[in-house]
Amino acid sequence: MSLQAQLEQRLAEHLTPALLQVENESHQHSGPATESHFKVVIVSDQFDGLPLIKRHRAVHEALGDLMAQFHALALHTYTPLEWAQRTGAPPSPPCRGGSKRA
Amino acid sequence: MDTQQLEKETLEKIDQIVKNNPVVIFMKGTPQMPSCGFSARAAQALIDTGENFGFVNVLADPAVFEFLPKYQDWPTFPQIYIDGELVGGCDITLELAESGELKKMMAEANAKHAQQDA
Repeated sequence: MSLQAQLEQRLAEHLTPALLQVENESHQHSGPATESHFKVVIVSDQFDGLPLIKRHRAVHEALGDLMAQFHALALHTYTPLEWAQRTGAPPSPPCRGGSKRA
Repeated sequence: MDTQQLEKETLEKIDQIVKNNPVVIFMKGTPQMPSCGFSARAAQALIDTGENFGFVNVLADPAVFEFLPKYQDWPTFPQIYIDGELVGGCDITLELAESGELKKMMAEANAKHAQQDA
């Protein structure tokens, strides 16, 4: 199974998302890896009342050992209400080559 | 020095930096010469507030690079600390900047530390 599929599976299992987008953005970045940079957008009512840092920690925990298998994670977490009030998640930044951490 | 001792000393050093600086970003590169897109964006958001902040280039200190993820059990760079607390990484910092909360948090932390130093 691709890393992208594993990320999708873990997040779907742990966070009961109303919307889940896992995008492989590795092509935007330096280095030879084909699954190095991911962008995740999750809409879940589990995030209700949680500050952003706790939402991100919940995602880190759900991904567990998979966190060590890629270089970068752009993470956008919303409650269903917050998602309804915006137009999509922001774009990820361009790479600057500092891929010291594999 | 063995690894365990290096870890202990590095975590103590990080803790001192976090406690002594009202606002500090641990990033790849420097705010002027960032070497990662996420670090660049987070640093720019801090600059855009007009408030003072400190930075640590994790690429220039291998021990900090290795052990910082253990400090607050946060696996990625950059990491932004305000008034001794981990605020989060790039995405959280940008969302706080968007809502105007980032400038407020930084201003309050800077004022509090200035008062303590006076």
